[in-house]
Amino acid sequence: MSLAAKSLLLIAVLGLAACNNPDRYGAGGAGAGGAGGAGGAGGIDTTGLGDPSNPTSIAYFNQTVGDRVLFAVDQSTLSPEGRDVLARQAQWLMTNPGYAAIIEGHADEQGTREYNLNLGAKRAAAVQNFLISQGVPAGRLRTISYGKERPLEVCSEEACYAKNRRAVTVLSAGAGV
Amino acid sequence: MIRPMSKALGALLALALGVVTLVAAPVLAQSSPPRIVIGQGVIEPMPIAIPTFIDEGGAGEYAREISRVVISDLEGTGFFRNIGEEAHISRITSFDGGVAFEDWKAINAQVLVTGAVSVSGDRITVKFRAYDVFNGTTLEGAALQFAGTTQGWRRMSHKVADVIYSTITGEGGYFDSRVVFVSESGPKNARLKRLAVMDYDGANVAYLTDSASIVLAPRFSPRGDQIVYTSFETGFPRITLMDVGSLNRRALEEQPGTMTFAPRFSPDGGTVVFSLERGGNSDIYLLDLNSGGLSQLTNSPSIETAPSFSPDGSQIVFESDRSGAQQIYVMPSSGGEGTRISGGEGRYGTPVWSPRGDYIAFTKQNAGRFHIGVMRTDGSEERLLTASFLDEGPTWAPNGRVLMFTRETSGAGGQTSLWSVDITGRNLKQIPTEGPASDPAWSPLLP
Repeated sequence: MSLAAKSLLLIAVLGLAACNNPDRYGAGGAGAGGAGGAGGAGGIDTTGLGDPSNPTSIAYFNQTVGDRVLFAVDQSTLSPEGRDVLARQAQWLMTNPGYAAIIEGHADEQGTREYNLNLGAKRAAAVQNFLISQGVPAGRLRTISYGKERPLEVCSEEACYAKNRRAVTVLSAGAGV
Repeated sequence: MIRPMSKALGALLALALGVVTLVAAPVLAQSSPPRIVIGQGVIEPMPIAIPTFIDEGGAGEYAREISRVVISDLEGTGFFRNIGEEAHISRITSFDGGVAFEDWKAINAQVLVTGAVSVSGDRITVKFRAYDVFNGTTLEGAALQFAGTTQGWRRMSHKVADVIYSTITGEGGYFDSRVVFVSESGPKNARLKRLAVMDYDGANVAYLTDSASIVLAPRFSPRGDQIVYTSFETGFPRITLMDVGSLNRRALEEQPGTMTFAPRFSPDGGTVVFSLERGGNSDIYLLDLNSGGLSQLTNSPSIETAPSFSPDGSQIVFESDRSGAQQIYVMPSSGGEGTRISGGEGRYGTPVWSPRGDYIAFTKQNAGRFHIGVMRTDGSEERLLTASFLDEGPTWAPNGRVLMFTRETSGAGGQTSLWSVDITGRNLKQIPTEGPASDPAWSPLLP
C-alpha cells in the first residue's frame, strides 16, 4: 500500500472530510440522535460544476459528454451506446487530467440486497475497465456500488428500472482518488 | 401504563434474573398433559386462561402489564387462544391458594396460568404456575419465580411465556430475544437508514447509529453482545463490527479498491464470514476477529455471497450465480467448490441455516414474485411460506420454528416493513415498528 493510500485510508477511517468520500448520498439525517459520532455527513466535498458551455467543466462532462451508461436486466455488459459514451468520457478524462472519478454502480429493485450490491459493483467495474482500456490511468478511477439502495426513479415499472440500472461517472477535482 | 425501558440495551446486558423453581404439586397424572405439536397440519389454538397476575405488594400496573405481555406472546404464536376474564367463573385471589379446577374445566380452559408480582423499590419478583386443568396438576417445570430490576419486567414476562410455550410444545422458547434491524425513513430515492434494536415483538426500540450513512443487514454475535453489518460510513461499503454495550464500532476490512459486505458470525463468535468484492467479482472470505487473519473460501469468477454457517460450524451455505442465476450451495467451512442444493424454478438467494440445523431458509424470486421459503439442508422438501412483490432476507427465531423477514411494497410510495411467519407457513403477521424497517436479524435467546 502506498503512503498516499495509507493516509487516504486513515482519513476515511476517521470519517473526516475526505476528498475521496464518494458517499454523496450519505449526508443528511443530521441531528438524528442515536449513537452519533463520526459519520459520512462530515465528508462534504465541494467542487465547482462550472459553465456547461466550457468544455473543461464538470457540467459539460455531465451534460454533453454523458456521465452515465445504462444496463439490461441483470447484466453488466456494456451496450454499444454505452461504449460510445464511455469512449467520450475517456477522451475527456485524458484531456482534463485535473479530475478524478468515482464510478457508481446501481441496480434496480428487482433482486435481493446482497446480489444487487454485487451487480452494481460489476457494472461499475465494467465501466472502470473500459475507461482504463481507453488509456485513463487506473489511479484516477475508483468504484463504489450502491446496489438497489439509491434508485433514481421510484416507480416499480420497467420505465423506471431501466434508468436505475446505471453506472454514473462522478467527477471531482483532483488528480487521483 | 408502565414507562418503557429507556435504556433497553443496558437492561439487556445488565439484567441478572434470579430464577427459583417453585416446588411442583404432586403429579397424579390421569391423562397425558396438554400438548401442541408444531408442524403437523392446521391446529386449532389451545384454549388457555391467564387471569391477571395477583399483586402481592407494590406491583401496581406491573401485574396487569406483565399478564398482558404473556398473553400477547402466547396468542402471537397462533397456537393459543386466551379465554378473556369476562368468561372466567373463578377468580384467583391467592397465588398459593387452591384452584377450583372444575370452574376452569367448565370454560374449557386446557391450561390455567396463575401468577403473582411484587415490587419493592426497583426490585420486582414474578411468580407463575401453569396447570393442566383436566388433571388438576402443575405442568412439569412450569412453576418458576423470576427476580430482578423493574427495568426487566418485559423480559420476565417473555420468560414466563417462553416456559409455558416450551412446556406445551416441546420446542425451545423465543420470546425473550431481541431483533436488530434497519430503521428507514425518507423517500425511496433518498432513504435514510439507521441501525436499531427491539424486543422480538417490536417493543423497546433503541437506535444504535444515526442515519448519516447507509447501513445494511446487521447480524448478532452468538452471545448477542456484538453486531456485524455493512456500513458506508467510510464512503465505501465495509463490514463493520459494533459492540452493543458501548456502541463502539470499527470497520473490519479496509483494503482500498474492494467492497466488503454480507457479514455473519461463526457459531463460536470468533470469526466473521463475508463477501469481498474486487474488480466486480466477489468471493467468500473468513476473518479471524482475534488475529485479523483472512482466508479465502471460494475462488470463482461469479458472484459468491450471503454466507451462513451451519450451527455446528462445519459447513457454510451461500448463494452463487456460477450456473447463470442465483442458486444455493453448501461447502465445508474450510472452503471449496460447494454442492448446489437448490433446484427448482427461479432464483434462490440469502440462505440462512436454522439454529436447529434442520432447515435452510431462503429468498426465492420467480415469475416476478418474491417468496420466503425453507428447504432441508440437502435441498429437499422445498416449501414456500410467503409471496409478495418483494419479500427477502429471512432470519430465524432462536428456536428455529419462526422466521422474520423484510417485505417491501411496490411503487413510488413503496415502504419496507418486518413480518414473521412460522415454518409451516402459518401465522403470517407484521411486526409493529415506528416506521419503515428492513433487514431484521434475531438474537439468540437471552440468558
